[in-house]
Amino acid sequence: MLLQLKGVSLSFAGNTVLDAVDFGVERGRIQSLIGPNGAGKTSLFNVITGFYRPQLGEISLDGQPLIKRKPHTVTRLGIARTFQNVRLFHEMSVLENVMAGQHCRSRAGALAAVLRLPSQRAEERRIFETSLECLDFVGLTAYRDRLATNLAYGHQRRVEIARALATEPRLLLLDEPAAGLNSGEKQALIELIQRIRDARGVSVLLIEHDMSLVMNVSEHISVLDHGSLITEGTPQAVQNDPAVIEAYLGQDDEELAL
Amino acid sequence: MADSTPSTPPDEERRGNAVQRFYAAFESPPRRRALHLLLLAILVVTPWLASQYMTVILTNALLYVVLCLGLNVVVGYAGLLDLGYAAFFAVGAYTIGILTQQFGINFWAAIPFALAAAALAGVIIGGPTLRLRSDYLAIVTLGFGEIVRFSARNLEITGGASGLSHIPEPTLLGWYIDSAIDFYYVFAVLAVLAYIASQRLFDSRLGRAWRYVRHDEDAAEAMGINRVAVKLAAYITGAIFGALGGIFFAVNLGAISPESFSFQQSVLILLAVVLGGMGKIPGVILGAFIVVLGPELLRDFGTLRLLVFAVLLLLIMLFRPSGIWPEKRS
Repeated sequence: MLLQLKGVSLSFAGNTVLDAVDFGVERGRIQSLIGPNGAGKTSLFNVITGFYRPQLGEISLDGQPLIKRKPHTVTRLGIARTFQNVRLFHEMSVLENVMAGQHCRSRAGALAAVLRLPSQRAEERRIFETSLECLDFVGLTAYRDRLATNLAYGHQRRVEIARALATEPRLLLLDEPAAGLNSGEKQALIELIQRIRDARGVSVLLIEHDMSLVMNVSEHISVLDHGSLITEGTPQAVQNDPAVIEAYLGQDDEELAL
Repeated sequence: MADSTPSTPPDEERRGNAVQRFYAAFESPPRRRALHLLLLAILVVTPWLASQYMTVILTNALLYVVLCLGLNVVVGYAGLLDLGYAAFFAVGAYTIGILTQQFGINFWAAIPFALAAAALAGVIIGGPTLRLRSDYLAIVTLGFGEIVRFSARNLEITGGASGLSHIPEPTLLGWYIDSAIDFYYVFAVLAVLAYIASQRLFDSRLGRAWRYVRHDEDAAEAMGINRVAVKLAAYITGAIFGALGGIFFAVNLGAISPESFSFQQSVLILLAVVLGGMGKIPGVILGAFIVVLGPELLRDFGTLRLLVFAVLLLLIMLFRPSGIWPEKRS
């Protein structure tokens, strides 16, 4: 197991958001987390990445405990994420956005920058090259000097993925990566997710509402409802599980729309 | 995948207005170098052409360039509102004054202590407050500025309300730095160094981190950036710029008193940064010159000059709310 959660419980002011969740992501896997709105999927991401502190439970990455660690430390340990509503640094260039990911893999401080020490210059070059490679990986090299805010929405989503890849993660968490994409872009996203795993060896965990994309790309699916993990397994098994159908019934049917 | 990744970006923003053409004109490195050399030449010859009075005013403007570029790191790059920046200026000035005048330590040997004291002051104010939201931070920094000034006024070692006088003038390899022109050149060198440092910081890993944190703290944190450490670095860097200004301010005047480091001083420095355009180096330099030279150029208005100056500032901010300096677009 690359990522392992044991008995993770989170509540806000008495409202249980996550209830003793046992959950794991195996190394080299593309896995999806699905569930009705408000099931606690994004909260689970926030717990894994250190944005929320669960009251109970253990989280570990490759055996290393993550609990009580700050988000920036979790990222340095190897978990990168994207956000449900794209959060780029809008007034900065696309390349500068991607370079953000390299921050935790570099170390030059103010003095090294002011003196332009050889080590600092070599590091800057490395940051530049790695970031460019990540941008190339998502196919947006041509846009590197444009302001992020001027990019089409679908491209912004890819920049966010490139930025996460620039942190050199072992596990990538994608929060609704297909939201707002057209069908062509969704197809390209499926290919991109597969290349991330195949070419870079990064395990991927995604939250997604688009069931056809989920069924297409995932090797393993976990279903969350009311803060509890109700079932998990292969796409076929999950699709036919009565508990899953039950969880989605009474919900808006768009959740199941293909 | 091919259709979602065209090889050239679409062209809709290539038109270019006056501002973009203005920037484009200085984009090429040779032209930029030529412009730098021209400005440097003007900086060097000016005191030979200007009156002694004008030289003193320009020296003050160059001091403000250093202070404003320092505050720009905190406010412009990192987006932290600081209403007590004069405190760092004061720490630099008082440390050098006390060490050279009361302990007889050589001026150059005392500089590292003054810089360390300012950096420490940066940690003291930054450490406990950087978790605060910007408006609370503004209040706390305002309080910090006043604490430093009141301490200076009430402590014996700082000379109380009358301050320190007879701060010895420094020598450098037998050159006795004492005339107005000498100090003009000292501050010219400091301003150039501050400019280079600002530029280099802006284009560095840390400089980018400041901007990431300013834009979106959570996204920055998710990218592995320790926002508290990064903000603290901004405070310390700004403090060191301020202290450098203070160090040479003290030996230039030979006397310092608490009133040189009032809240008004902090506001004036902040005004120059906001006026020129936060985060934009040429704009901030321009702002520093306007704030110092403006009231001088308006002397013809007599007692009304500060009122006229204030109205001009209001008009500028009304028509250019993000500062005089134009925005760079891409």
